[in-house]
Amino acid sequence: MIRRFHSLAGLAAGVIVALMAITGAVLSLQPVLDHLATPSSGSMSVAALAEAVSAQLPGVTRITHAASGAITAYYDAGAGELAASIDPATGNVLGATAPSPVFAFFTELHRSLFLNMNGRVASGLAALAITVLSVSGLVLLANRLGGWRKLFTTAKGTLSQRLHVELARMGVLGLIVSGASGIAMSLNSFGLLPGTDAPMTAFPSNVDGGTPAAISTLSALQGLDLSSLRELTFPYLGDVTDVFSVITANGQGYVDQGTGAWLSFTPNGLGQTIYETIYMLHTGQGLWWFGALLGLASLSVPALAITGGLIWWVRRRNQPRLVGNVPARHADTIILVGSEGNSTWGFATTLHAALTQAGHKVHAAAMNSLAASYPSARQILVLTATYGDGAAPASARNFAARLRHFTPVPGQRFAVLGFGDRSFAQFCHFAEETQQAMLDRGLKQLLTYESIDRQSAQSFAKWGNDLGAALGHELTLVHAPVVPVTSTLALLDRTDFGTEVQAPTAVLRFALPAGEVGLIDRLLGRTQALRFEPGDLVGIVPPGETIPRYYSLASSSRDDVLEICVRKVSGGVCSEFLHGLEPGQTISAFIKRNPDFRPQPGRAPVILIGAGTGIGPLAGFVDGNRRHQPYYLYFGGRDPASDFLYAPLWRAALADHRLAGLATAFSRVVGGRYVQDSVREDAANIRKLVASGAQILVCGGRDMAAGVRDSIDYCLAPAGETVTGLRAKGRYLEDVY
Amino acid sequence: MLKKLTAVLLLATAFSVPGVAYAKDATLAIRMTGYQGPPAYLAVYLTKPDGSYDSTLWVAGTQSKYYRHLRGWIQGVSGSGERLDGITGASVGSGRTMEVGITIADALIDAGYTIHVDSAVEHGAENQDDVVLPLTSANSGTVVSGSGYISAMAVTF
Repeated sequence: MIRRFHSLAGLAAGVIVALMAITGAVLSLQPVLDHLATPSSGSMSVAALAEAVSAQLPGVTRITHAASGAITAYYDAGAGELAASIDPATGNVLGATAPSPVFAFFTELHRSLFLNMNGRVASGLAALAITVLSVSGLVLLANRLGGWRKLFTTAKGTLSQRLHVELARMGVLGLIVSGASGIAMSLNSFGLLPGTDAPMTAFPSNVDGGTPAAISTLSALQGLDLSSLRELTFPYLGDVTDVFSVITANGQGYVDQGTGAWLSFTPNGLGQTIYETIYMLHTGQGLWWFGALLGLASLSVPALAITGGLIWWVRRRNQPRLVGNVPARHADTIILVGSEGNSTWGFATTLHAALTQAGHKVHAAAMNSLAASYPSARQILVLTATYGDGAAPASARNFAARLRHFTPVPGQRFAVLGFGDRSFAQFCHFAEETQQAMLDRGLKQLLTYESIDRQSAQSFAKWGNDLGAALGHELTLVHAPVVPVTSTLALLDRTDFGTEVQAPTAVLRFALPAGEVGLIDRLLGRTQALRFEPGDLVGIVPPGETIPRYYSLASSSRDDVLEICVRKVSGGVCSEFLHGLEPGQTISAFIKRNPDFRPQPGRAPVILIGAGTGIGPLAGFVDGNRRHQPYYLYFGGRDPASDFLYAPLWRAALADHRLAGLATAFSRVVGGRYVQDSVREDAANIRKLVASGAQILVCGGRDMAAGVRDSIDYCLAPAGETVTGLRAKGRYLEDVY
Repeated sequence: MLKKLTAVLLLATAFSVPGVAYAKDATLAIRMTGYQGPPAYLAVYLTKPDGSYDSTLWVAGTQSKYYRHLRGWIQGVSGSGERLDGITGASVGSGRTMEVGITIADALIDAGYTIHVDSAVEHGAENQDDVVLPLTSANSGTVVSGSGYISAMAVTF
């Protein structure tokens, strides 16, 4: 709900908010330049200053003292008023001055877009929009990172998502100050903030009317220091009944030009003082460094608008097209989807259409969007995949937390359908967890828990029959699996390892299809484009199959080659197909981005731990480490003589410092051990590296990853650090298969 | 139906007739010069034959905190207790033309009264008596030029 609101507000106001931010950033330079250009002032009475100025400029009509300290005298030179800048220390005329046309232009653009009243309304709405966007964005960010205390933990996701979060975190406080103070100034300009303007003070009736005295002798002005003066208006030349009007930091009043006495003085009200502070915060006038900070913060807005638009667009494009999705509060049936790619969404779409046709009002959403309650819903159907080692898929990561705040309506029933692949140890683990969590929440089952193996359309149709029976009507689910858009890649060459140790492993290198993809595509995080980094995944669809298998990439698309490392699994359809490939033969493949599995940039060390084919992406990281960040690799294999993958790369990388250290472990040699054992033996070193900010990346099989977690916990125990703790900070990443 | 209409007409005349007796509807037109800066604040007001403030005809600019920059006018109006509702409009931008309807009492025409216009622009000049025009029948529709932000002005009555 907040996300939707944030997106829509951002889309509606993006352009004008960005324009306000840019013009505001330009205007923030004005107080800075004024500050640099204004000589420092001494201590001088207003009487002395006025006397000095009036001696040099006989036609002087008024003197203003800006918040920057600049003093300007306006004088009548016969044909209209002219302005001169005055030295605040001596009262000497420094030269003619005029308001900067550049800043005048930007001021008018910023406050009214040169559209007078309508423009001022637009400008006020932009201030409201930036405030609302900042606050809703903060709430969204806290939700996404798992609470306010985690607001500054590592951002994840595509390049646009990370940029959006990082820029927002840097700028948000400044934007809230700018926005809120802008709202106040806009309301004030429409007269909607009572008490903020100086009242119209009556012209004094007790004017002496005698001969004007020398300005330097006027006692009221003698007692007023220049530092508290805002504006001094001289009496009209030759009019003895006219007076000096004085505005000070504390109020405004009139001074008799004959007697030098205060004729009246009206102090500022509280509202005026508050409004002046708001004005100062917004403009930076009188607080130049603060204004400069706000200006810097507002520079984030155009980038936030662009990345925000891209994020919205990508999400919208990746959203399955549901025809007639009913709003959640009116729906009698809720479908919740936990999907890592989009295949589970495909099943959900089929289910949505069939139920809608059967006369239900159906609402489908990601599991992450679970509402606090569904008042009209009779049944909640959860369709979810499982990610990696039994974890929640991307669109269900916040489900468990949200379920704690979920209140079922009496009579509401649920069913969970898990999607997975039985060849994996943790088949449908997350779906089973969800089933249990829903029961624990007090919901009644509509159907017993079921699972679908390898996207079986038959199993899905059977589950549909059961669901229809439970709902009391026919329900036919005909699911046509969504085949990803693939490219055809030809094998360039292959290197085989491990046949002697019963672990046939091939490093396969494919040529990329011709055609460039631009920067925009990268910003968009396009999943189907052949643009990739090491650690991303390639989905390969074996001939005659519809379900892709995923492999971690060992190369970057900048290398103009797609490289993967594949272990031959007996009975594995795809691995056997890949192992049977000869150079020149082709595969159908597509890229799936995995932006969360990347070494951290910067100078801090990175510990890479991999075994078997899990070495692939790590090799890609090392190969691309041109900035010589200290990378330490823990390598696991069976026998150095047979499956020492990428040995030439390690040698070259150690020589040119792309690799700072290498530890190997082989299991089928005398005194054999696993990579988790060599990590454990190196505990002191691991501890030292983690203390200096190291990030740990693990890639390999499930058992190996579990062993490595134990070893790292063992290594870090003396330092009071844990894998869980590092993971929360984005410093422990796993790619497990 | 007819009765109702008659009643409405009677009611309308009851309010308008006394006004017609001593006030004239007039048109005030002002063209601004081309200058650098935001829209200008203007005060159009009358002074008595002795030069003292009489009444306000029109104010361009709605934020009273800037009124002090209209120097000649503010001195008079601040003590007068006059209400400015209905005779206040938007400030006038550089190069723009403003045309508004105002009301001038018949008795003041050709009676030694004078129209004054003060003008001011934020961070710019304050012009007391940008335009001064005696309120005479002969001056109705006469185009006069200003000395400050006002390029030309005409009052037609």
